[in-house]
Amino acid sequence: MQWLHAVPWDLLLIQTINGIVTGMILALVASGLTLIFGIMDVVNFAHGEFLMLGAYIAVLTIVATHNFWLALIIASLGTGLIGALVYVTTLRPLLGRDPLTTILATFGVSLVLQNYALWQFGPVARKIPEPFSGSITLFHLDYSLYRLMIAGLSAAIIGGFWLFLKFGTWGIWIRATTQDRIMAQAMGIPVPWVLAGVFAIGSAMAGASGVLFGPLVGVDHAMGFDWILRAFIVVVVGGMGSLGGSVLAAIFISLLEAYSSLWVSPAQAGIISFVVLILTLLFRPTGLFVATPK
Amino acid sequence: MRDRQPLVFWTGFAIIVALLIASPLVLPPFWARFVTEILIWGLLAMSSDILIGYTGMVSFGHSAFFGLGMYGAAFVLLETKPPSLWAALAAGLLAAAAAAAFVAYFSTRLREIYFAITTLIFSQIFYIVIFTWTELTGGENGLTFSRPALAIPGLFSLRFTPMVLHWFVLAIVVLSYLLLRRITQSPFGMVLQSIRENEARTRAIGYPIERYKMVAVMLSGLFAGLAGVLYALQNQFAAPNFVFFVLSGEVVIYNVIGGIGTLVGPILGAAFFLLLREGLSRFFTEYYLIPVGLMFIAMVIFMPQGLLGFARRWLNR
Repeated sequence: MQWLHAVPWDLLLIQTINGIVTGMILALVASGLTLIFGIMDVVNFAHGEFLMLGAYIAVLTIVATHNFWLALIIASLGTGLIGALVYVTTLRPLLGRDPLTTILATFGVSLVLQNYALWQFGPVARKIPEPFSGSITLFHLDYSLYRLMIAGLSAAIIGGFWLFLKFGTWGIWIRATTQDRIMAQAMGIPVPWVLAGVFAIGSAMAGASGVLFGPLVGVDHAMGFDWILRAFIVVVVGGMGSLGGSVLAAIFISLLEAYSSLWVSPAQAGIISFVVLILTLLFRPTGLFVATPK
Repeated sequence: MRDRQPLVFWTGFAIIVALLIASPLVLPPFWARFVTEILIWGLLAMSSDILIGYTGMVSFGHSAFFGLGMYGAAFVLLETKPPSLWAALAAGLLAAAAAAAFVAYFSTRLREIYFAITTLIFSQIFYIVIFTWTELTGGENGLTFSRPALAIPGLFSLRFTPMVLHWFVLAIVVLSYLLLRRITQSPFGMVLQSIRENEARTRAIGYPIERYKMVAVMLSGLFAGLAGVLYALQNQFAAPNFVFFVLSGEVVIYNVIGGIGTLVGPILGAAFFLLLREGLSRFFTEYYLIPVGLMFIAMVIFMPQGLLGFARRWLNR
């Protein structure tokens, strides 16, 4: 039983909480991505850029009003609006074409948005101050309350969105459109508006996650890319188009990364998610957390 | 009329090649070097066209093959004494082929959209490995080395002046084009195109789709690695920037601008993009990607065939 003493239990506990916290943010990013894919067949390369835009809108709002919560709301609405605009101008003309063209178009959008941010805000990272700075004591270790709140808030947004899909009128329209676009149109559902709405909601979720995560890292024009890559991995591992699968996969991967960063450097811990992806592709290419397709 | 079309094609081909041979003799050094670079990027874009244009799979991971070709050549040039061009070429191709086999094995299991995503993710794996494995790759600083001589032992030995390098690159690019053109017109190439047109039907006829796709990815990776070796020779360094995904994105842009499924289109796209960047960066400095991105989106929407799309059937004759 000697090895039991060698395990750093307190660090392990901290890393478990860390893993769940980043996992929830990742889940928020990935669920927007998987939503847009599952419903519209669009692989949104620009998703990370909406996250970055959300963070920048929050930076501007906080400078003006000094209110984090107002910034969160304005950033979500703002990115949602930008998302709807992007959808109407670039993706609607591509409806009915090969889904691959949507990858190309959103890649172009990502280039433009990223370089626009670089041009407007410069290469120096901005800061979003934490809205409160308390910490709680867990087994004689301090842990920042704000981090816990991020996890809770992300869970609340995803949960609220799930309820909306399940019971809201628009939610039901969205699910109907997923199942059969033409039939939904025939039943009088305004399908073009539903699609634009889905894209706006997905973008708003990305924007909100950018604001929530902003205080933990700096806000810069390239912050979206790291997230989009991990979100793609999560979406593939969780099963494309599956909301629950994405959430589970996000937490699973983040926990693995958090544990492994106890022993290796963070950059190398990033390789863990790649290994999970490779194993998933080898043994269960439909996704880890979805039912086996018939 | 029909008999005369190949004649027109080969005449045009000969004229363009002749112009490219003459270009370093007449152009000032800056532009001569620019043309060499266009040829190298054009080769990379052409390799990617095998996937995008002929098989219908968009690869966002070509930077990995390009970068491995580059680093493979760099290792050999640093380690062997005296540095041998042919050993470097072989090592670069081997490294790129190994990476391509790895990526092909995993990513061809997935449907088209997932293919794009997984190639992107895999290229990032290579990027992280190269970036963090500092002892071997020099990490962020990359590797610097000197050019070997263009030599066949016992026959001749030439120093790589910019002009010799240009002709060497040109010869390889032209040979690659002829080879790739032959491949796309072969029965194998026809199967690839039928996968692009209708995957389910090709499978139903009895072709092992996965195997064909894997070979296509490896072939494409091999030529991308070749481009990497040439770039390493030209610039005498290998850096992790060239493995980063931005490069893969640019390759996709070259293809879409120039016209996918034409082989020469991507080279034209590369030339157009690089000239545009040269021109725009005078006005927009480093933000030239904003107008380029807008133009790219407009081309995807309004002109999916690209600049050479109108000539696609004719070029593949």
